[in-house]
Amino acid sequence: MTLFKNLRAPWRSLCLFPMAWLAGCNTLVLNAPGDIAAQQGRLIVVSTVLMLLIIVPVIALTVFFAWRYRQSNKEATYEPDWDHSTALELVIWSAPLLIIIALGAVTWISTHTLDPYRALRRIDDTRPVPQGTKPLVVEVVALDWKWLFIYPEQGIATVNELAAPVDVPISFKITGSTVMNSFYIPALAGQIYAMPGMETKLHAVMNKPGEYEGFSANYSGAGFSHMRFKFHGLAKADFDKWVQAAKAGSNTLSREAYLQLEKPSEREPVQRFASVAPDLYERILNRCVDTSKMCMAQMMAIDASGTGSVAAYPVAASGTSPTGQGMRSYVEALACTTDNPEGRPIAVAAVPTAN
Amino acid sequence: MQPAVEAPRFYSTEEHHAENGTLLGFWLYLMSDCLVFACLFAAYGVLGRSYAAGPTGADLFDLPLVAINTSLLLVSSITYGFAVLEMQRKKAGAVLVWLAITGVLGAGFISLELYEFMHLIHEGAGPQRSAFLSSFFTLVGTHGLHVTFGIIWLVVLMVQVAQKGLITENRRRLMCLSMFWHFLDVVWIGVFTFVYLMGTLK
Amino acid sequence: MLASDDLTKLIFGRLSWDALPLHEPILLVTFIAVAIGGVAILGAITRFGLWGTLWRDWITSIDHKKIGIMYIILGLVMLLRGFSDAIMMRAQQAVAFGSNAGYLPPHHYDQIFTAHGVIMIFFVAMPLVTGLMNFVVPLQIGARDVSFPFLNNFSFWMTTFGAGLTMASLFVGEFARTGWLAYPPLSGIAFSPDVGVDYYIWSLQIAGVGTLLSGVNLIATIVKMRAPGMTLMKMPIFTWTALCTNVLIVAAFPVLTAVLAMLSLDRYVGTNFFTNDLGGNAMMYVNLIWIWGHPEVYILILPAFGIFSEVVSTFCGKKLFGYASMVYATVVITILSYLVWLHHFFTMGSGASVNSFFGITTMIISIPTGAKIFNWLFTMYRGRIRFELPMMWTIGFMITFVIGGMTGVLLAVPPADFVLHNSLFLIAHFHNVIIGGVLFGLLAGITYWFPKAFGYKLDPFWGKCSFWFWVIGFYFAFMPLYVLGLMGVTRRVSHFEDPSLQIWFVIAAFGAALIALGIACFIIQLIVSFIRRESLRDTTGDPWNGRTLEWSTASPPPAYNFAFTPIIRDSDAWHDMKANQYARPKEGFIPIHMPSNTWAGFVIAALSAVCGFALIWHMWLLAGIGFVAMIGATIVHTFNYKRDFYIPADEVVRIESDRTRLLAASPT
Repeated sequence: MTLFKNLRAPWRSLCLFPMAWLAGCNTLVLNAPGDIAAQQGRLIVVSTVLMLLIIVPVIALTVFFAWRYRQSNKEATYEPDWDHSTALELVIWSAPLLIIIALGAVTWISTHTLDPYRALRRIDDTRPVPQGTKPLVVEVVALDWKWLFIYPEQGIATVNELAAPVDVPISFKITGSTVMNSFYIPALAGQIYAMPGMETKLHAVMNKPGEYEGFSANYSGAGFSHMRFKFHGLAKADFDKWVQAAKAGSNTLSREAYLQLEKPSEREPVQRFASVAPDLYERILNRCVDTSKMCMAQMMAIDASGTGSVAAYPVAASGTSPTGQGMRSYVEALACTTDNPEGRPIAVAAVPTAN
Repeated sequence: MQPAVEAPRFYSTEEHHAENGTLLGFWLYLMSDCLVFACLFAAYGVLGRSYAAGPTGADLFDLPLVAINTSLLLVSSITYGFAVLEMQRKKAGAVLVWLAITGVLGAGFISLELYEFMHLIHEGAGPQRSAFLSSFFTLVGTHGLHVTFGIIWLVVLMVQVAQKGLITENRRRLMCLSMFWHFLDVVWIGVFTFVYLMGTLK
Repeated sequence: MLASDDLTKLIFGRLSWDALPLHEPILLVTFIAVAIGGVAILGAITRFGLWGTLWRDWITSIDHKKIGIMYIILGLVMLLRGFSDAIMMRAQQAVAFGSNAGYLPPHHYDQIFTAHGVIMIFFVAMPLVTGLMNFVVPLQIGARDVSFPFLNNFSFWMTTFGAGLTMASLFVGEFARTGWLAYPPLSGIAFSPDVGVDYYIWSLQIAGVGTLLSGVNLIATIVKMRAPGMTLMKMPIFTWTALCTNVLIVAAFPVLTAVLAMLSLDRYVGTNFFTNDLGGNAMMYVNLIWIWGHPEVYILILPAFGIFSEVVSTFCGKKLFGYASMVYATVVITILSYLVWLHHFFTMGSGASVNSFFGITTMIISIPTGAKIFNWLFTMYRGRIRFELPMMWTIGFMITFVIGGMTGVLLAVPPADFVLHNSLFLIAHFHNVIIGGVLFGLLAGITYWFPKAFGYKLDPFWGKCSFWFWVIGFYFAFMPLYVLGLMGVTRRVSHFEDPSLQIWFVIAAFGAALIALGIACFIIQLIVSFIRRESLRDTTGDPWNGRTLEWSTASPPPAYNFAFTPIIRDSDAWHDMKANQYARPKEGFIPIHMPSNTWAGFVIAALSAVCGFALIWHMWLLAGIGFVAMIGATIVHTFNYKRDFYIPADEVVRIESDRTRLLAASPT
């Protein structure tokens, strides 16, 4: 087995990788137009360079030693019993340690700076967020298999279309209706999971106008491949026009309309709603758009305090324990079965008016 | 400094038996079982206050009943200990007596636990009602399942001791069951404290 | 009227003729092929009267060597299935753009990527790793078998029947469509009401029991059965990594058992562990499954590291550099692997401090891993390197794995992960480390120990063909995926709109085709080696000039491994013996105490598979019967006290004399 044959393929294969990386240099993740995503892309480059400091010498040494100490090379020293060197061990353990300490510091700082829950401090690397700027609030709901965007301040909603003004911080509040999804617009910022009954947050800003891709980055079922939407970065005036166009329509996102929308469907076309039922997002988050269900916040309040407006719901007949003591009344629900996995009560209870 | 070398240095010409690994192996299995319980405890820790506006531990737990149950199990550990002592004194008959008592106490424990479960389910507080009840039934029920398997094992072992006496193999099995039984006892102390006592505090 | 419907339900549950894929051409053709192949194999066995041998010498065997070989056969067979899934995915993703929907609707594509992951991890990598550890460790420590030979047989059959259940889902019903870890709520009863997730659960629960017991077995073996004089720090390094791997197995698999049990309770009983309502918490599943999942990947890689250590040392003709350091590094990796699990879901919203903690612990693991790479490098330094196939795999590993490790540390930076999580970059990373690390290691190990197991080497030419196709194919298949990930493409997608992505998928498909050739060459290698076995024969038992104890035995070793228990003086025991005028004993043999074969492992495992199948299809009666039968068979087995026998002294004399003759006749 000649040395040359050994060398060729590792070098050949190695060439593929830098080529791939070079091709990658023009890629969206490393050249994102949104500030948060841009910072994350730079982080990838910095971390890679730090690690290449170790990786390149390792690969080079591997190839070099393989060639130099091949059996046919009688000139190379052969020391079959040399198996220990404290000095070398110290280097072997400390060099990676130093790189990791550096990377660890970078990690700690950048994880806090780029925390999706943290409100933005800057528009891009030259401009901080001006005093008194109000971020655009967008409420995001992951459905099967489309995305619902509610703009609480503008009073509109859209399906599979998101728009925002350029250079204005956006504050997303994200939840889901059925299964775990992941809200991701690569050009804008990193992703974050969209989970039913839970709210996650993302803060981001788009610095360049344009049309960008958004999708779910966590597999969620049959329609997953087409759970995509367009994100439009618009100049302020264009954004206002877009909002007006939505308000000019006649659709209302009422609770009933939402319950219809919630039903599974794929490849949904863009829809716009000129008005949204009040508190719809809160109800979606608390899983009580369907008024026969108790809102989760109320349920959790009852659980935490041991009291609450149980009177509005069907309660258990007062039971007795095996030793004959009386038991406190509590809300009775139909047990979860495979036909009724959400345990809806048989009787529709009186709906609490304030919530 | 070598002894006068007639014997080979690299191999042993006598019959060599490796140490028996049964007790170590069983202990390792038991620790993995402990991890299963740890996960169930963790699930209970996370979900144990999610009552879904339904009944809480304070509503449901009947501490006097649980106290009786706990004593049955703890005493059964003591009686098993007596069985092992008799085993060491090579008294097969006495071993069988103490095993039988242990089995009866264990069966009593299981019966009371089943009664408690049936009552809860009848009250509408079954495992489907809330995450708290799901994790309660699963943790306590898994423990009960283990005790049940322990009783089956105990009966089989009683037959085997009666048939073959206290041979080495049976002694090893008695030690393994001993570890199993005491382990379930310890887990129950965790359940008793973490689930029943703390769950009733609200 | 009353009886017929209820009776059908009682016996057949939800199983019906609809479960057969009569309307799906790909499955139908596959089934016909499998049926023909199966009938051919069964027919051949019958024709050549091999059932007796099969039952006596293999199915009921408790010999760790035979069980090891059977595990590897299982792994290689399942590799073909898992790789077929891969080829199908690559083909779909190479063509499904715009108006071309591809040939796999989501309903099938989603099962394929789920099955691909499950099969590759549980039924290819795990059996191959377990098989090698089973075969090699007792030989390396100078023992005659493992601590619990019956349990070993049982573990193997549990794994096999678990694999069988997954394979059954291809033809009866369907598999899960959830991804290989089956996150709820998607895997809950509300969103996956069909049998797929149930197949997943019961296959893994059954195989998981097998793996856990195997872990217990090997730890007890290594702790209790080492030859006299072999202290822990004189054990071969592969045995050390096997010990750490099995500790990981015993400490991680119970978590899988528990979490899948909770998922199955949610599905069968209607509990609320992971549901959306009534208090369930799907995030807890994600945590628990990854508390298992991360140690799992270390279970796969640590034995590969051990293999590389043995191979580098042997083929460089040099003691492994920094043995103690390697041991400490392995132990540190074992412990640290429990402190990193959250890096699999940085994007679930844990908050910056929690994310940073887990990111940093993940990076810390790269330090002992890096130390190992350096130690291999410095074993090569001033060695005399022979580029036999195992060494080639090792060089390929050292270059490829470090790239994958680098991208792993990259993903460990949470903000970087926010843009790369679940993207094709992630896919490229883990295939990089699993193929470059685990698979290359397994192929190195199989090639290295094949002569020990079968008495002849593998054909080098076809092996080298396989090697080059694998290595080049790997780079073509997965480097484009790094690029695609950096372009923002996510995983598990069956259809795309953006045509600029297509070229990368086509390159990746080309790479997969090269890998297919690599696998084909490997199979050809097996066949050609068998045909040419006399010219590849190893008569000395030590074809590579090895350093550890297994090379002191014949190839293949006799059932009892060592006629006399070795006494160990130094690490690299065989090298020490060779360097100090070791004389192989030729007389004075005594009867040898051995464990007997058993039917119980196969039968109990088969009954558990019946029970599992019945539970999947809601055939409650059959499930109950199967379960009771399992308990019954186990109890019956415990009444069998006569589980051992003695190999008579003259049998040992005969075997050893045969070897003496063989050694005398072989070229030195």
